[in-house]
Amino acid sequence: MDFAAIFSAAFALIVGLDPTFLTIVGLSLRVTLTAVLVAALIGLPLGAALALARFPGRSVVIVCLNALMGLPPVVAGLFVFLMLSRSGPLGSLGLLFSPAAMIVAQIILVLPIVIALTRQTVEDLWGEYRDHLRSVGLEGVRAIPTLLFDGRFALATVLLAGFGRASAEVGAVLIVGGNIAGYTRTMTTAITLETSKGDLPLALGLGLVLIVLTLAINAIAFGASRIGARYAG
Amino acid sequence: MSPTRRLLIASGFTAALTALALAQTTTAPPAGTRFITVSSTTSTQDSGLFGHILPLFKAKTGIEVRVVSQGTGQALDTGRRGDADVVFVHAKAQEETFVADGFGLERRPVMYNDFVLIGPKSDPAGIAGTKDIAAALVKIAEKGTAFVSRGDKSGTHAAELSLWKMAGVDLAARKAAWYREIGQGMGAALNTAGGMGAYVLADRGTWISFKNRGDLTIVVEGDRRLFNQYGVIAVNPARHPHVKTDDGQAFVSWLVGPEGQKAIADYKIEGQQLFFPNATQAGA
Repeated sequence: MDFAAIFSAAFALIVGLDPTFLTIVGLSLRVTLTAVLVAALIGLPLGAALALARFPGRSVVIVCLNALMGLPPVVAGLFVFLMLSRSGPLGSLGLLFSPAAMIVAQIILVLPIVIALTRQTVEDLWGEYRDHLRSVGLEGVRAIPTLLFDGRFALATVLLAGFGRASAEVGAVLIVGGNIAGYTRTMTTAITLETSKGDLPLALGLGLVLIVLTLAINAIAFGASRIGARYAG
Repeated sequence: MSPTRRLLIASGFTAALTALALAQTTTAPPAGTRFITVSSTTSTQDSGLFGHILPLFKAKTGIEVRVVSQGTGQALDTGRRGDADVVFVHAKAQEETFVADGFGLERRPVMYNDFVLIGPKSDPAGIAGTKDIAAALVKIAEKGTAFVSRGDKSGTHAAELSLWKMAGVDLAARKAAWYREIGQGMGAALNTAGGMGAYVLADRGTWISFKNRGDLTIVVEGDRRLFNQYGVIAVNPARHPHVKTDDGQAFVSWLVGPEGQKAIADYKIEGQQLFFPNATQAGA
């Protein structure tokens, strides 16, 4: 096992632009970004609402959501698998072993993170700006858009945490996607496969590419928020 | 909130929704793609056989074959639940039960290879070179040298268990630290055996294509009892009306027909043939 082989495998993958490899990278990004997007659309407003709402059992809901941030991916995968299997309640959709099933599984993984962390962020902001917002007549549901907007930089980090969780996991996508070549094979399932084939340099090379991709996405997000912060003052 | 901010948020959401719609359309398969789902074993996948034969089948018929590779037990379960159109596995007794229970149409023999006992070059059990797999296993059990078992209800796992039985070793009574069930695929078992300096039963196909051999080598091979037969079965539409019987049967017929059999025989790694077609052999 020498490290030159690992780096040259990673380098060959990136420079060679092998179509099989590009399909795998493309699918990984599509599945994970879609899952994060859907989780954001649902989770940001819901998390903010949870921050402002007061109802019996609220603490229980918050504790449960915080705990779900640690849901093992393989359990989420198994749950989606049993739902989508032809013998399961949603089997007639025929979605098992498809990218759509992988997106659903990753939404389940990312959603608790987005809701729980958004709740925390918005609650802190509300504590800080409550009097001001009330004085301009923003309270309850009507305060949510403003609070989300004011917390956008912290919330961007929340979404990056969700992205990290989804892009790094293999347990869920392997079970519901089936690691089908050219159809549901992602970076992480390809790494698993190459490891079991004993091609460790290629497996680690793929891992290196995944790390570089994650780094790039985080850098873009960081840069965007810097520019945003400058213009927003 | 200022109108600009409202506008910003609104446009943000619109952009997000558009992106979502885009992502949905691009992840959906193009309309009219003909495909079947085949649940098969880790040995056929890890050995690279499918990578060789499936493009030939697609070129001939236009049918894309999506392979989900699992252990034989799990692959049959996938067929039982109706999540695959065809199962392609290697455990004859389990396959016959699958058909007898009405989950499959007809079991067709496809090809064979053989199992080999892999172990460290230092050969701590002193069994290298023997052809008697039963005697070799007895020695491993007596000396208590490390042995890695798939432990995942795969075809190879089933074969391993029946070999222990044949050797007269009562695993339940002797199971101890030396017998290590890992519950993973063939490649993972080889990686583990390499790491621990243990013996492991492997199918020859996966062994030949395995790249991380390190200190491992074949210690026992050539025993008649190490024969490994593969069979293919289309899932019964009477059980699962949605299965693609016509395209599934087309794949089965191609595999056991002259073109499929030739494609299997042609698959070689470094000049070594990995699987031997025998669809026409009676009783296989």
